[in-house]
Amino acid sequence: MITGRFFAAGADRRIAITIFILLAVAVIVPLLNLAISPASAFHIPSYMVALTGKYLCYALLALSLDLVWGYCGILSLGHGAFFALGGYAMGMYLMRQIGSRGVYGNPILPDFMVFLNYKELPWFWYGFDHFWFAGLMVLAVPGLLAFIFGWFAFRSRVTGVYLSIITQAMTYALLLAFFRNDMGFGGNNGLTDFKDILGFSVQADATRSALFAASAVMLALAVFVTWAIVGSKYGKLLMAVRDAESRTRFLGWRAENVKLFAFTVSAVMGGIAGALYVPQVGIINPGEFEPSNSIEVVIWAAVGGRGTIIGPIIGALLVNAGKSWFTGALPELWLFALGGLFVAVTLLLPKGIIGMWDDWRGNARALRAASLAEEARTAVGVASATSKPARSPARNPGEWSWSDPEPQAAE
Amino acid sequence: MSKSNTILYLDGVSVSFDGFRAINNLSLVLDRGEMRAIIGPNGAGKTTMMDIVTGKTRPDDGEVFFDGEVDLTSHDEAEIAMMGIGRKFQKPTVFESHSIEENLMLALKGPRSIFPALFHRKSAAEARRIDDIIGVIRLGDKRREVAANLSHGQKQWLEIGMLLAQDPKLLLVDEPVAGMTDAETEETARLLKEIARDHSVIVVEHDMRFVRELGVKVTCLHEGSVLSEGTLDFVSADERVVEVYLGR
Ligand SMILES: Nc1ncnc2c1ncn2[C@@H]1O[C@H](COP(=O)(O)OP(=O)(O)OP(=O)(O)O)[C@@H](O)[C@H]1O
Ligand SMILES: [Mg+2]
Repeated sequence: MITGRFFAAGADRRIAITIFILLAVAVIVPLLNLAISPASAFHIPSYMVALTGKYLCYALLALSLDLVWGYCGILSLGHGAFFALGGYAMGMYLMRQIGSRGVYGNPILPDFMVFLNYKELPWFWYGFDHFWFAGLMVLAVPGLLAFIFGWFAFRSRVTGVYLSIITQAMTYALLLAFFRNDMGFGGNNGLTDFKDILGFSVQADATRSALFAASAVMLALAVFVTWAIVGSKYGKLLMAVRDAESRTRFLGWRAENVKLFAFTVSAVMGGIAGALYVPQVGIINPGEFEPSNSIEVVIWAAVGGRGTIIGPIIGALLVNAGKSWFTGALPELWLFALGGLFVAVTLLLPKGIIGMWDDWRGNARALRAASLAEEARTAVGVASATSKPARSPARNPGEWSWSDPEPQAAE
Repeated sequence: MSKSNTILYLDGVSVSFDGFRAINNLSLVLDRGEMRAIIGPNGAGKTTMMDIVTGKTRPDDGEVFFDGEVDLTSHDEAEIAMMGIGRKFQKPTVFESHSIEENLMLALKGPRSIFPALFHRKSAAEARRIDDIIGVIRLGDKRREVAANLSHGQKQWLEIGMLLAQDPKLLLVDEPVAGMTDAETEETARLLKEIARDHSVIVVEHDMRFVRELGVKVTCLHEGSVLSEGTLDFVSADERVVEVYLGR
């Protein structure tokens, strides 16, 4: 059934195309960087690979927000926290890979611990010398935090603005905690000076290309997973909770569990984004917990169009490309531009770029169908022109095609 | 009074909102398989009574029992719904961005946990059940249309259809014919009578023609308690009932 839906037309085809593009990019960009000589016009310089790799991580984070905000109405203003926690888990692995190559040459303790007079490795750093363990923590730590947070918040039926505020408070609390030197995460300097990942130098072009490819593939996978989730009966339920939460309760559904599942999955996706981001930028510090970071994610999703899967990805890529250009050309104006963009999108494009595109396409198609019907009528000269009325475009990616075997109802 | 043969048993129930007694020492008993019409002026507490039964509002005082033995005051909305109490809201509440089929699918009786829903595939039996219901509520030509595009009366019917899909033991139906034409009202009365053949039903309605059509025992609420109870003729001849209706 899933595969049938996957190759279907409309919104589902858009998902398939996106996944295809991401997978193609995962192959082509590394090739153009590594196999083409720098003199060629087709060569992609390494800094571009690293930059776009970073954008792809942001896009994954925006997609994770879309699952809860777009499909369940949970406006999280703390998604940056899950990103940062995933990043820290990866950063801890990278720190331990440095080994005795640090400034102080301590084979076990990272430099900042030697500097802060740690005598031994804190217990929560155990295991991070193994990649598989760090990988597990990348998923588990954000997931567990979201689960515990959501358990209390959704059970006590905190919704709307109040929920947004406490998500913001959560990331702020973590910001303050991670700034402290005695937390054991490097204080305000964070974790940096990484050397290797899985035995390959993080500076090497080939490693950067591999990380880029990993980000693109992971984003493609996340698009697929999100699409499968929102297309399932659970996905319908998720949107039902968004639109009429109390109605779902009177039907016997536990709205708090519905939200909790999406929130946890979303946090895990955010954590993966952070883990891919850190080796590409070479540093993770408490600044990633800044509340303003989480708000920026909301802006990406809003600009692209929430509840569309593709929209937040496009939003993240466009806004960040804009940011890179702006901070180069007019750095002091960036925040004003971002704020202005958010206001403009909220007022002029409440459904974001993709939402507007769909509306426009829907209207265009309806107009075309209407004019076709008109032509048919004048041409044949009978009033009973049987033109098929235009169907509005699928609003939700992965429309629920649960009655596939039976014939289409006569339209 | 014995609870044993009742589907719903309320005794001495009171609830206040900021000092205002919306329900005041209310006692009401519904036998298994019975259909009851509840009338009463605006603000009489009819909807609040349903809120109490379905777990939305906790009573300050009194007993609320379902099926003769389950104390409803110690359960929440989802648990109560799973026990077999379904509800249609006064303001029709359907999932606007979902199609009619999808609305019914989410209401259909079955497991209510996350993972089965995630991997759910519609069975042939479910498809048949949904087709049946769509036929009953006469929305066959709109099955793939989103609920937001339905008229007020059609939304009422969809919500009744969702109730059917839930297949509860007890149905609480709040003002089902508001916004319906006369023909639709008659149709709804016919439908509810049919449902009442194998379900217990409480219907709240202002439309007296509709209540007469139902032809069942009537309870008139006023200021949170029972004012009068009996046949419609008996209740509408009751001086106190005449007074509260004319007094406004
Ligand atoms: N959650 C609430 N908070 C405060 N007051 C409430 C609440 N719910 C109901 N009330 C009040 O309780 C009284 C009873 O309301 P209820 O909705 O039960 O009346 P009703 O009989 O259903 O009236 P109507 O025919 O207008 O639907 C009203 O005065 C209403 O304002
Ligand atoms: Mg009411």
